[in-house]
Amino acid sequence: MSAILLQGAGAGAATALSPFNSIDPSKLVVPSRSSLSVRSKRYVVAGSDSKSFGSSLIVRRSEPLIPNAVSAKADTAASSTSSKPGHELLLFEALQEGLEEEMDRDPHVCVMGEDVGHYGGSYKVTKGLADKFGDLRVLDTPICENAFTGMGIGAAMTGLRPVIEGMNMGFLLLAFNQISNNCGMLHYTSGGQFTIPVVIRGPGGVGRQLGAEHSQRLESYFQSIPGIQMVACSTPYNAKGLMKAAIRSENPVILFEHVLLYNLKETIPDEEYICNLEEAEMVRPGEHITILTYSRMRYHVMQAAKTLVNKGYDPEVIDIRSLKPFDLYTIGNSVKKTHRVLIVEECMRTGGIGASLTAAINENFHDYLDAPVMCLSSQDVPTPYAGTLEEWTVVQPAQIVTAVEQLCQ
Amino acid sequence: MALHLRSSPSLKSTFLNILRQNLGFGSRSHVTRHIRQNLPHDPPLRGSQNPIRRFCNTMAEPETLSSFGQHEDARNHQVMDFPGGKVAFTPEIRFISESDSERVPCYRVLDDNGQLITNSQFVQVSEEVAVKIYSDMVTLQIMDNIFYEAQRQGRLSFYATAIGEEAINIASAAALTPQDVIFPQYREPGVLLWRGFTLQEFANQCFGNKSDYGKGRQMPVHYGSNKLNYFTVSATIATQLPNAVGAAYSLKMDRKDACAVTYFGDGGTSEGDFHAALNFAAVMEAPVIFICRNNGWAISTPTSDQFRSDGVVVKGRAYGIRSIRVDGNDALAMYSAVHTARGMAISEQRPILIEALTYRVGHHSTSDDSTRYRSADEIEWWNKARNPLSRFRTWIESNGWWSDEAESDLRSRIKKEMLEALRVAEKTEKPNLKNMFSDVYDVPPSNLMEQELLVRQTIDSHPQDYPTDVPL
Repeated sequence: MSAILLQGAGAGAATALSPFNSIDPSKLVVPSRSSLSVRSKRYVVAGSDSKSFGSSLIVRRSEPLIPNAVSAKADTAASSTSSKPGHELLLFEALQEGLEEEMDRDPHVCVMGEDVGHYGGSYKVTKGLADKFGDLRVLDTPICENAFTGMGIGAAMTGLRPVIEGMNMGFLLLAFNQISNNCGMLHYTSGGQFTIPVVIRGPGGVGRQLGAEHSQRLESYFQSIPGIQMVACSTPYNAKGLMKAAIRSENPVILFEHVLLYNLKETIPDEEYICNLEEAEMVRPGEHITILTYSRMRYHVMQAAKTLVNKGYDPEVIDIRSLKPFDLYTIGNSVKKTHRVLIVEECMRTGGIGASLTAAINENFHDYLDAPVMCLSSQDVPTPYAGTLEEWTVVQPAQIVTAVEQLCQ
Repeated sequence: MALHLRSSPSLKSTFLNILRQNLGFGSRSHVTRHIRQNLPHDPPLRGSQNPIRRFCNTMAEPETLSSFGQHEDARNHQVMDFPGGKVAFTPEIRFISESDSERVPCYRVLDDNGQLITNSQFVQVSEEVAVKIYSDMVTLQIMDNIFYEAQRQGRLSFYATAIGEEAINIASAAALTPQDVIFPQYREPGVLLWRGFTLQEFANQCFGNKSDYGKGRQMPVHYGSNKLNYFTVSATIATQLPNAVGAAYSLKMDRKDACAVTYFGDGGTSEGDFHAALNFAAVMEAPVIFICRNNGWAISTPTSDQFRSDGVVVKGRAYGIRSIRVDGNDALAMYSAVHTARGMAISEQRPILIEALTYRVGHHSTSDDSTRYRSADEIEWWNKARNPLSRFRTWIESNGWWSDEAESDLRSRIKKEMLEALRVAEKTEKPNLKNMFSDVYDVPPSNLMEQELLVRQTIDSHPQDYPTDVPL
């Protein structure tokens, strides 16, 4: 399977996956120090040093893609490096544009979920697609998440590339059996005979008074499942790029969107581009402290960053984007520079992405830390409906400022 | 749920109001005025049931808006237009009975003694096909017995037999084409056997050696073969049903002359996935055949503790699916039923449900001793009086297509082949350790490569604690 993709990506790609017996085991304790030197640079990314690993679909040399989402400037949000003006749109439109482009490009891509057809999806991500592609390719399903996820998996095993929409990520708890047992495992247990190139996407996170059942953070529950990849988008630029990359990936990818970010506006390039699924995004380079975050919390962090800059601090903000696997290369370089880490997440304290990330950083970069890794997360409570209480279950900029001040003492 | 408020619940309460008014004194204008106020912004229905339209761009049909009304038909009875058709009213308070007085009859063609029943309808099989069906049934029986014994002797870690269900396995496979995609539960190796999986290939998977297509990752009987269109067995019950509907959807999109076929037991019909998959298949108009092996037992749970309906066949109607009950131990009836079902599924683009009545003669698996919960007499009776092999054998012999000599030749040949396959599979090397980490993703990511190195380092420093038969 991987051999076919590598040929498409160019001959240089093959060397990146050299068999492990060419890596000297004695050097391989901390991945950031040695193993990555074995990987060749498969492409030069404008304005970034980040490397890609794991996925073989990064760049098709025959197409002029701009696979970069790293900001070169300190205060602009991650944006394109193209010289053309681009076009402005909202995040949900960016997702839709990415999805539509992939559906145009590959007739095997299809969408299934509740109300995705003529209704256009409950957050309008699939708006207009049923009219354009027909209601078999943009399929409205009855209400059973486990069944339509299972359907997507069966269709993927027979050659289609379904994009499965959960109306709210929380509903995908019902699909856990299919996602964990079939989606994550069948490529492995079939001995590589069957691939499951599905994308499972939907809005999650704490919204505005949606109630406990509609404010779930499923990334905590899914992160252990072997065989899947997880990414979280946060800007129109990376939303479109990640959607396209996820669809093209041969692995099952779960794309986490956030209910409150759908109306974010940004100018994105007119040319085609994808974002690397395993790469983190440098939002604001800095020297004093590394702040790791993703999805909506990125905006709370950036707001806190303004206050921090005024107080004389220089935080480095990284949107980790790839929740499984973590981009320990980018994160590691940052930790080596700043020696202090603050993780800001929306997951609950116990067993969230922050908990895993804290463990990974401690294990891999212990020697570089001048202070214990600090993690700000939501409390271990169901999200209350009352607006004021809901606001306080989510990490607020003031708390982030206080935490940075504490860490930088 | 908050997000569904725009559609069904308000509509449901509207309809209840209509019914209440109609049973009493509702006038048409009063009712329609009531409805118009409560309709959601977008029309909730998309009208056409016509399958061809599903390939084109469609818009919700405006006629559905006016279908919520009542009127009087020609006979002056009040009738309501409701999604799905007209509904007549009745002033009697009458409940639909929970069961019919008579059970759904079971289709069979050969009687208990293997004689063709007069005036029976069946699909004719050629001598070649009939002999292959019988030979494969014998092969399956011998394979099961030998693997079972091998497990008992400690040569295999686990096994699950299909004894008693050979006719379902082989005859259904014979009625399909190689392009039909199969989603098995775990008691259908006969379908693979029919399609050409060799005894050696079965043995390789059971021993998990390096020739196993699954690369030694799964437990025995979890076969899979993409080239034979047989999807890898996933141990979870009934999860393959929605997968099959998805595959059928894919075949429908590609307009292929093929269908998806999925197998499950009586126990599997209690899982939510069964109900959802049937519902989805009906709504999607997907060409999928659901074959239920009702063998009476789900490990130790008899069907009387599994459901209270008349078996599984009656559930099809609840979802709008055409169904049939077949004698699963009658190979000819199974063949005919599946053959006919396949024709309907593909030409009419609809799902079909087949309930095959049979009996699980063996234990659930080698981890089970079924004599603890059922009588040995019952097992013995089904094995002798209702044996699928002997019934079909009588029929093919009556056609002059088989003989005692052919039987003993076949049995001794298969037994020899099986023992050889076992011997070779046992001796074949196990897959390399790297297969523990490959295929989790398309390309191993750094964390897995690191984890593999850690395992290897540990093996290097403690070689005596690791099995010697796994090549590094």
